[in-house]
Amino acid sequence: MTTLTADQIEDIERRHPDAFRQPFFKRFAYPIAVVVLALYTVYAWWFFSIGSVISNGNWNIAGAYLADWVSYEVRPDVEYKTGDIEITYPRFSPLGENPDPSWITTERGLVTVSVEGTDTSDSKPASTGGAGVGGSFMSPSSDATNTGGSGLMNSFMSPSSDASSMGSSADAGGGTSVVTETREGIAEATVEISSTAKVQITADEIRLTRSGETVVLTIDRKNEKVFPVGDLPSWALQKGEGEKVIAYFGFAGRAEVRWYEVKVNRRFLGWENFWFDTRSPYWGKTFPEVMALAFSGERIDPDRSNLAVMWDNIVNNAEWQHGDVWIKLLQTIVMAFVGTLFAVTIAFPLSFMAARNITPNRFVNQILKRFFDFLRSVDMLIWALFFTRAFGPGPLAGISAIFFTDTGTFGKLYSEALENIDDKQREGVRSVGASPAAVQRFGVVPQVLPVFISQALYFWESNTRSATIIGAVGAGGIGLKLWEAMRTNSDWENVAYMVILILIVVFVFDNISNALRSRLVEPASKE
Amino acid sequence: MAVTDASAHGAYVSGDGRYDVERHWRDLNATRRLYTIGGLVALAIALVASLWFANETNAGKFFDRLPHFFDFVGDLIPRDGWEVWRALFDLPSPYDTGSLQYNYPVGRVYITENLYVPEYFYKMLETLNIAVFATLIGFTFGFIFSFIAAKNLTGSRWLRFVVRRLMEILRAFPEIVIAGFFLAIFSLGPIPAMIAVAIHTIGALGKMFFEVVENADMKPDEGLRAVGGNWFERVWFGIVPQVMPNFISYFLLRLEINVRASTILGAVGAGGIGEALRLSISRGHEAKTLAIILLLFVTIICVDQLSAWLRKKLVGKQAFEFGR
Repeated sequence: MTTLTADQIEDIERRHPDAFRQPFFKRFAYPIAVVVLALYTVYAWWFFSIGSVISNGNWNIAGAYLADWVSYEVRPDVEYKTGDIEITYPRFSPLGENPDPSWITTERGLVTVSVEGTDTSDSKPASTGGAGVGGSFMSPSSDATNTGGSGLMNSFMSPSSDASSMGSSADAGGGTSVVTETREGIAEATVEISSTAKVQITADEIRLTRSGETVVLTIDRKNEKVFPVGDLPSWALQKGEGEKVIAYFGFAGRAEVRWYEVKVNRRFLGWENFWFDTRSPYWGKTFPEVMALAFSGERIDPDRSNLAVMWDNIVNNAEWQHGDVWIKLLQTIVMAFVGTLFAVTIAFPLSFMAARNITPNRFVNQILKRFFDFLRSVDMLIWALFFTRAFGPGPLAGISAIFFTDTGTFGKLYSEALENIDDKQREGVRSVGASPAAVQRFGVVPQVLPVFISQALYFWESNTRSATIIGAVGAGGIGLKLWEAMRTNSDWENVAYMVILILIVVFVFDNISNALRSRLVEPASKE
Repeated sequence: MAVTDASAHGAYVSGDGRYDVERHWRDLNATRRLYTIGGLVALAIALVASLWFANETNAGKFFDRLPHFFDFVGDLIPRDGWEVWRALFDLPSPYDTGSLQYNYPVGRVYITENLYVPEYFYKMLETLNIAVFATLIGFTFGFIFSFIAAKNLTGSRWLRFVVRRLMEILRAFPEIVIAGFFLAIFSLGPIPAMIAVAIHTIGALGKMFFEVVENADMKPDEGLRAVGGNWFERVWFGIVPQVMPNFISYFLLRLEINVRASTILGAVGAGGIGEALRLSISRGHEAKTLAIILLLFVTIICVDQLSAWLRKKLVGKQAFEFGR
């Protein structure tokens, strides 16, 4: 490697002054840009108080929302307020009415129940609770431990004896009373959250197990408190002494232990009841069963074929609302299609008038061009808001909004394309004595048509996307439905479904538009 | 397009070996006309069906509502000409009765004791800041991704594939869903809109950037490779200087789009001028609406003009090639 002498260096510097003596801004362009950007970032950070917003964000809920996209939760409530265990499900539970999932097992046994009411309740028949919930019938061993356990607890904290004595004294006052009785009911319920996690529930004691680690919570029903035995593991939280305990089992779910109930959220991968909701006769059937019922089963509804019932059930699925979603999606497609088509139809003749080489009238040119600018610059949003007021919510507003905005855009683009055409062809057509209309038709249109069509297709495609967004302000289409589903914060799986549909539509229309473009435009533009 | 395949013309060669050009041309023309008419008829049918469908599923029917088409113009006529300026600059109105419609001074954002920024200017600034900051984030990540996604700079097919698909997903995912999701996390405010716009911009700019990079002249890169430059040096000194004008041009183009996008996202709950506009239109506050539209209109034109001017300076005529 040869080294340069000072003379040589100076010589090179003299020969290339533009490389070595650049103006200040050119020389430090990148550092200056970086400093400006850093300053702007700091400013924006302060302006939006990004730091505090991010730290105040509901981050733990974000995970649940994301999980909701691809999974669903079943939320049984295991109640033991009275001492007898009762398992209830919220209305519209994905498991339908009277569910009996295999991951909840119950054991029957003798339970001590505190009953609020008049003293005559002593004569109640012994087996009332737990109707409809199947469970393994009591085995002697569990029976013994359960009654023993609860008896121990009772004597330890003595709520039962206390309650009965208080009950009798209250009874003397003439009001309602709390008395205890021993009867047969569900003594223990076990909820399996995953293969390694479960919640074992008796009225006085909750055992939470996660991957071999077990925590025991004792329930003080009288003072309405929950006490953990020993320290809580990292996956269980209790905010204050005696308050509810929340145990997290990761993706599989969580359990909220209160003094009167355990709220279990168990998460399952997948979209629940995607085809049929729980009211449908097809609900819960496998595909071959559905097919068998649809084609060869006995008529469910005497007026219609089973296939018609099946279709009706799918379209009117209460949870997924397929029919409505599809109609809204079609509205979005229609909005983009009609809006773009109308805009092209109107902008095409207007652009001939706006192009100064075609219509040599400065006044008309300028008026039209400013008109196009106006349509374009008043945003699609503003048009959408106005037309929603005019037509009411629906695709007509969306069509009009796209139509107005894109008339401006197309007018501008088309008139610019027209002003850049090659004049020779026009001259040629004119020189053979063609009428003015024929000059445009044969001298101008063949040159610009490929550009026009290509741009129209391009905007058609892009409007399919933007129609989604303006829909959210009420201009029709799937946007509003999407927005509503998001605002409830509980229908994220519906959001995922609609997003997938939108992505499919956008993908399909991209390809249609590309195929049309290459058919209609490429051969002409290759030349 | 010249067809030179002689066999295709077989049908037009008559018995004495003469090729009937005229008849062939007429047939081709007829086929072409058939296709054109067929296409137009299909288009017309699709259009009529679409219109019928749109009308059927709309809340108000087209012909019933047509007389109300220009109702919004009536909604926009202020009590007097000065009302618009009062609304725009938050000056007290003589019609003020304490209702929301004329309470312009309430929205003032005070900087010092007496100096204030009018409400709508502040909101416009918010929307503009959303757009600018989001575009900057998109630019930064798009910049990084573009070199990884470019065929001429990244040898690994898998890396390219992953980055390109990632950008595609970011681009195709509806902005409104991202905004909605982050609205659920951050509650109402401009940040969700910013994140949504930024994410979309990463994908959109990344795609345009890597196409620019792939078309870059590789000779400087070769030179740097010859003197032993590593990958970063080759990119930074060989590619970046060539592509930067185009990158900035696309950045500005994207900025124009993002100003509109952040306005729209604002209208669905992300704050800024869009929300003010939606509220004002739905409440029928004519002067406020007019003031906002005026402000929005002027801002969008300014941004467009500024960006067009800058792009023209940077890359010349090709800056006007339209692209979204």
